[in-house]
Amino acid sequence: MKVTVTVNGSQIEADVPDRTLLVHFLRDVANLTATNVGCDTTSCGACTVLLDGRSVKSCTVLAAQADGRDVVTVEGLADGSGAMHPVQRAFQAEHGLQCGFCTPGMVMAAVSLLDENPSPTEEEVRSALEGNLCRCTGYHNIVRAILSAAPAASERRSS
Amino acid sequence: MIPAPFTYKRAWSVDEALDLAVQNGEEAKFLAGGHSLLPLMKLRLAVPEVLIDIGRLGELSYVRDDDSQILVGALTTYDELARSSLLAGELPLLAHAASRVGDPQIRHRGTIGGSLVHADPAADLPAVVLALDATLIARGPGGSREIGAGEFFRGLFETALQPGELLTEIRIPKPRPASEWSFQKFTKRAIDWAIVGVVVQGGRVALVNMGQTPVRASGVEEALAAGAGTRDAAAHAAEGTSPPTDINADGRYREHLARVLVARALEESAART
Repeated sequence: MKVTVTVNGSQIEADVPDRTLLVHFLRDVANLTATNVGCDTTSCGACTVLLDGRSVKSCTVLAAQADGRDVVTVEGLADGSGAMHPVQRAFQAEHGLQCGFCTPGMVMAAVSLLDENPSPTEEEVRSALEGNLCRCTGYHNIVRAILSAAPAASERRSS
Repeated sequence: MIPAPFTYKRAWSVDEALDLAVQNGEEAKFLAGGHSLLPLMKLRLAVPEVLIDIGRLGELSYVRDDDSQILVGALTTYDELARSSLLAGELPLLAHAASRVGDPQIRHRGTIGGSLVHADPAADLPAVVLALDATLIARGPGGSREIGAGEFFRGLFETALQPGELLTEIRIPKPRPASEWSFQKFTKRAIDWAIVGVVVQGGRVALVNMGQTPVRASGVEEALAAGAGTRDAAAHAAEGTSPPTDINADGRYREHLARVLVARALEESAART
């Protein structure tokens, strides 16, 4: 079927098989390969993107379900001048990654969390990451990064 | 993993969804949030030839106050239930249980109706609507009918819905007082299905993952009605159940968990009043 998805602000239109998953649409049609396929069973969160502003696991959404909607991947977080999103900067500053495979999903889950809860407690951050697995087990620095990104992420939303 | 090929059709109204179901027969399935159906399709455990996407039917997404009951549209997501201020006041049990399903991403997509029609005995919300004595509204080609939650769950992944029928609404009588509730979910990891779960609202007690369907702990309810204390009542928790044995736990351990969790739930519920 023909689907049109706004990905990181650009309209991507393609005729794809009905069974195409959003994550494959992003990687193979839009050529945006930052979003990883991890477990492929709605568990690990590596494929997390924003669909109409909310975090979703793109391995469990059909491209057809995203037709006409707005998707943001980690490639779309930097602003027009190329400056990284506060959550990305915080992951760098706090060393919130080891191998990096879970990172795009972690960052998108964090962006969605801070959108819904601009100043979360540490416990709330940990709960919000229940659907994102880091097999390096580097959770402490990830949580630290998200907590430290909260004020700047709020500022960016209000500006 | 990619699902087997199917034809995708999108409905823009309940009537159109029902028409599409009639046209496509038993090989068609309704797709709501897709968080039960798509994983099954990726594993090829479900191979529908046609998917009828009802995900854009805004008319089925709501939480409404209707005098003595709360009306919940079948397409309301877990996240919307968890954030509903109406539920926070009138049905805190449902709001809380929804906030404990899966993880944030799953709660953004998964719907109450999808969970109920999937009828997984390890799922939380089927036991919640059972404990709340909800009535489920199904629409089919012949019109609408009401199904009591106690009659809805027929077996493993099996409900009272007929082919072509669509669950549209869940009607829940307002519990009085709303505050006497508890939801206990025993898992190894946060996002896991309950090994055993317990739902209490007033004197009604329902169990998650203690049989082929969610079940009411009638032995506990009868003991409570006869004036038993929480510990004595909880001793009846596993009566009449047939818990599964699987990689997480054997049946006897589940029976033990049911008694422990029912006791905790009754104590928590009583402490809220």
